[in-house]
Amino acid sequence: MAALAVIIIFVLIGLIVLVVGAPLRRAAAERGGSSEGSEAPLRRAELEAAREAKYREIRDAEMDFRTGKLSEADHLALDAELRAEALEILNALEALDAEPPAGD
Amino acid sequence: MAGFGFICLLLALAVCAYGIAASIYGVRTRRWEYADSGRRAMYALAAVLTIAGLVLELAFISNDFAFNTVADTSSRTTPALYRVAAVWSSQEGSLLLWAWLLSLWSSLALFLTRRRLREVAAYATAILLGLGGFFVGLMVFYANPFSTTTPAPPEGVGLDPLLRFPTMMIHPPMLYSGYTLCMIPLAFGFGALLARRLQADWIGAIRRFAFAAWLFLGIGILLGARWSYAELGWGGYWGWDAVENASLMPWLTATAFLHSLMIQEKRGMLKVWNVSLVLATGTLAIMGTFLVRSGVLNSIHAFGGSTLGVPFVCLIGVLIAASIYLVVSRREMLRSENRLDSLLSRESMFLANNLVLVGLCFVIFWGTYFPLISEAVTGQESSVGPPWFDRYTVPLALVLVLLSGIGPVIAWRRATLANARRNFLAPVAVALLALAALAAAGLAHKPLALAMFCLGAFVLAVVAQEFVRGTRVRRAMAGESVPRALASLVQRNRRRYGGYIVHVGIAVLFIGVAASSSFQHASELQLSPGQSTKVGPYTVRYVRPTASITPKYDRAHTGSTVAFGAEVDVSKNGRHVTTLSPSEGYYASGEVSQGTVGSLIGGQPVSHVSIDGGVTRDIWGAVEPNIETGRLKKIVDAGNRTLSSDEAIVAIGLLAKEYIKKPPPAQFHFIVSPLVMWIWIGGLIVFLGGLVAVWPAPSTVRARAAARIRARSPRDLVRA
Repeated sequence: MAALAVIIIFVLIGLIVLVVGAPLRRAAAERGGSSEGSEAPLRRAELEAAREAKYREIRDAEMDFRTGKLSEADHLALDAELRAEALEILNALEALDAEPPAGD
Repeated sequence: MAGFGFICLLLALAVCAYGIAASIYGVRTRRWEYADSGRRAMYALAAVLTIAGLVLELAFISNDFAFNTVADTSSRTTPALYRVAAVWSSQEGSLLLWAWLLSLWSSLALFLTRRRLREVAAYATAILLGLGGFFVGLMVFYANPFSTTTPAPPEGVGLDPLLRFPTMMIHPPMLYSGYTLCMIPLAFGFGALLARRLQADWIGAIRRFAFAAWLFLGIGILLGARWSYAELGWGGYWGWDAVENASLMPWLTATAFLHSLMIQEKRGMLKVWNVSLVLATGTLAIMGTFLVRSGVLNSIHAFGGSTLGVPFVCLIGVLIAASIYLVVSRREMLRSENRLDSLLSRESMFLANNLVLVGLCFVIFWGTYFPLISEAVTGQESSVGPPWFDRYTVPLALVLVLLSGIGPVIAWRRATLANARRNFLAPVAVALLALAALAAAGLAHKPLALAMFCLGAFVLAVVAQEFVRGTRVRRAMAGESVPRALASLVQRNRRRYGGYIVHVGIAVLFIGVAASSSFQHASELQLSPGQSTKVGPYTVRYVRPTASITPKYDRAHTGSTVAFGAEVDVSKNGRHVTTLSPSEGYYASGEVSQGTVGSLIGGQPVSHVSIDGGVTRDIWGAVEPNIETGRLKKIVDAGNRTLSSDEAIVAIGLLAKEYIKKPPPAQFHFIVSPLVMWIWIGGLIVFLGGLVAVWPAPSTVRARAAARIRARSPRDLVRA
């Protein structure tokens, strides 16, 4: 029983090393590992999250208007404001797309 | 097997150490392969702790009393299902459960965020592994679940009879899931601060986990309340006990966070508030674990001697200090992107709601930790009881219910008074009608309960109005039938309408609490067979005594040696309503000094409550037989003198027969509480609403919505 437990422990350690070390081996095989991440993907993620939140706001405002929480005048004003903000975010995303990728 | 389990703990500790180092190295040098390796270390931790947990479970199931934990909390006579759950009834086993659940939830969170928030996730990985390492370290150095005794005792002590109750099997896993899920937002909050990535994306990534933490904590709290009501012999579901409060505090701050995160997502506001709430929730969860596991509030003088107290206090100190430092040092980045447009807006209502929730948390925190603070200042231990808590929490709870009715009706950004008046007309009318009806029914002498009923009616009316209006809008837009329109409405607006359902649940729950606590009838007295008493409108008569011997007849698997009880008839206006069968179980103590017969029943007796539950009221009964008198005591004494331990059970049989033949008066406790069942129903509604809110939209709906959005050109978003 003790011998079996020892074997299992070693197998477990081997599996852990295999699983945990996989990214390191992959990076070494790709010659020099992962390059430093540029800021662009992070900025894109922030902008995409902001875009989704803005779309939700536009939908919520429409829902508020249709269920009587906002008057038509208030809704029109708010809707225009929100769409302008959404446009700013989309423009920023477009600008990011237009940027050249990070050089090697 | 024990050695193997302990080596798993050592492996776990090593994996944590490696993972922390790899994650921090990876994020600092931007070598993401190391951060990925650190994330995989969390998966490995989950695997290793699963193996360790299985080893301990096997020990319990196979009655391996060489394990000290098994010997202390289980026995051959403990039913199999309770033996499985007995793992977490001990200090050591519960630490393993905590660490295991943390590793599982963390693995899930890190897996789901593996392709985004790289920097934040890497720091979060290090923090989660640090917390995992802390709990594994506690097991390795202080409370080893794999410690053994040689030679192994032939039998274990058995599971505490109070824990032999179905809800107590799942209450700790639910509560611990809640506590450990609180660590995900905590870690990502710290990660966002360390990485200086404080936009809304990190909030969006952990929203579901924050919600899951809130849900599991809520379920755990309700299960604990149900156990208290149905198992303990005092007839209540909430006693403002330190352990209860410890779980409620992070739930309150998590509730506040779930509301205010919507404001950060939409408006980029309340960033300081949100990150502080996330850090506070996680810290309070650790403090809750500390309170339960260190026993510091039960015996202040045990603090110095409690081996777990010091490490926990150090961890809590580090969390608080790090939180304050990071929030203060990043305050420029945490500035709001927008200002509050109007006091009459949903944002303002959410802010007010959060102030009330944090206020409630503060009151409970003060009352719970007051004994510690008091002793530190005056040198004398003291405590505050339920009346103190009720004095401050009830008014705040009323305001909370009011705000939960106002919030849904107010628009985001700004609402006009005219609109607000129009939207509140019907719900206020319903509330006033409720007030008039209940006052006419004679409930005006309990103004706080009356206020809660009216506010509950207001909330229910608001939500009903929202569903009706929303369904009408949906029908007008899509021409659907009413049921289809309702289903589509909820499906397309899960967060909103799931949240409304949660509000309904909370209102129903508070109505149940107000009714059961304010209009309860209780009676505590001694009765002999044939005698009766009045409890509110009911007549309760002690019909005859009952006795059941050995676990063979113990259908509830309570494990008692013998249970003495009563059959009680309940009637109203001469008509039979129900029959209650409360009893008290007597357990073996294992104390040789009590004699061969005495030791079979000398353990702590446990009350087995009898409840007749209904939609309008619960009738609750408990009995405390007196077996210390007259002939009963003589039987025990004679048995102690003349019978061996193998023969002692014969005396128990005689005891039971004598108890039936000549029962001494017994102490009874009866309670009639209106609307208790609505507390549990309200909890279920909250749970269902939470599921609706957090359930992902079907992929086809998501794809259609995304395609519609992408199909618009940016210019289309600007109206002419």
